[in-house]
Amino acid sequence: MEKIPILRMGEFLLVTIQVDMHDRLALALQDDLTNRISQTGARGVLIDISSLEIVDSFIGRMLGNIAAMSRVLDARTVVVGMQPAVAITLVELGMSLAGVRTALNVDAGMELLRSSEDSFEDNRAW
Amino acid sequence: MVVVSSENVPLVSEGDVVTVRRRVREVASQLGFSLVDQTKVVTAASELARNTLIHGKGGEMRLNQLNGPRLGLRLTFEDKGPGIPDISLALRDGFTTGSGLGLGLGGAKRLVNEFEIVSRVGEGTKITVTRWK
Repeated sequence: MEKIPILRMGEFLLVTIQVDMHDRLALALQDDLTNRISQTGARGVLIDISSLEIVDSFIGRMLGNIAAMSRVLDARTVVVGMQPAVAITLVELGMSLAGVRTALNVDAGMELLRSSEDSFEDNRAW
Repeated sequence: MVVVSSENVPLVSEGDVVTVRRRVREVASQLGFSLVDQTKVVTAASELARNTLIHGKGGEMRLNQLNGPRLGLRLTFEDKGPGIPDISLALRDGFTTGSGLGLGLGGAKRLVNEFEIVSRVGEGTKITVTRWK
């Protein structure tokens, strides 16, 4: 079965989702990422979704699950690069991705991951 | 109202949900939908296709291109599954019998211009949505 590659960069894990994901692939990514965080002791996860043309409730839930699981494993998750049309649709669908930290692009996301944990928590408390 | 074209996409496996998304995107783009409108109708199709597959135990989507008075896209999802006993409950956000968030049906309704649902317990469900250009 095809898999979404997870890259390691220092203490962070990087994922770029470039395929139109079917549901099982999304679930596999969730499991793989959780395992990799635990194995590597990664402090942060950056998920680039700039190639995703839609985020429906299933993919939205996957992003929320990844953020929650990584938090439990003491890692932070930042989702970056959401297309504007996807953001508009997601909110109309009824999902606000509560609990998922986002940034406009990879640079901003990395910055966020590198910033101290305290300020990250502050940022999240909106 | 004139139906310009009609085609069917089977919904029997998870990969078919991806096919539905791709095909709806292609047609919406050909019809000249804006990027936001394309995204909305593709997302609605994805939710409804998953419902047909999981709750309806499989079925199919019919895709009609409409013309007159306006250009539009009509999608009909039909299954012969167990049916929905309480439609107003099923449309409510947060209601789910599966493992999802319960946003599928109500969310899809918000993403289209017209939404019609016919369901009979033990016979199946037919959901028709239309997005006008």
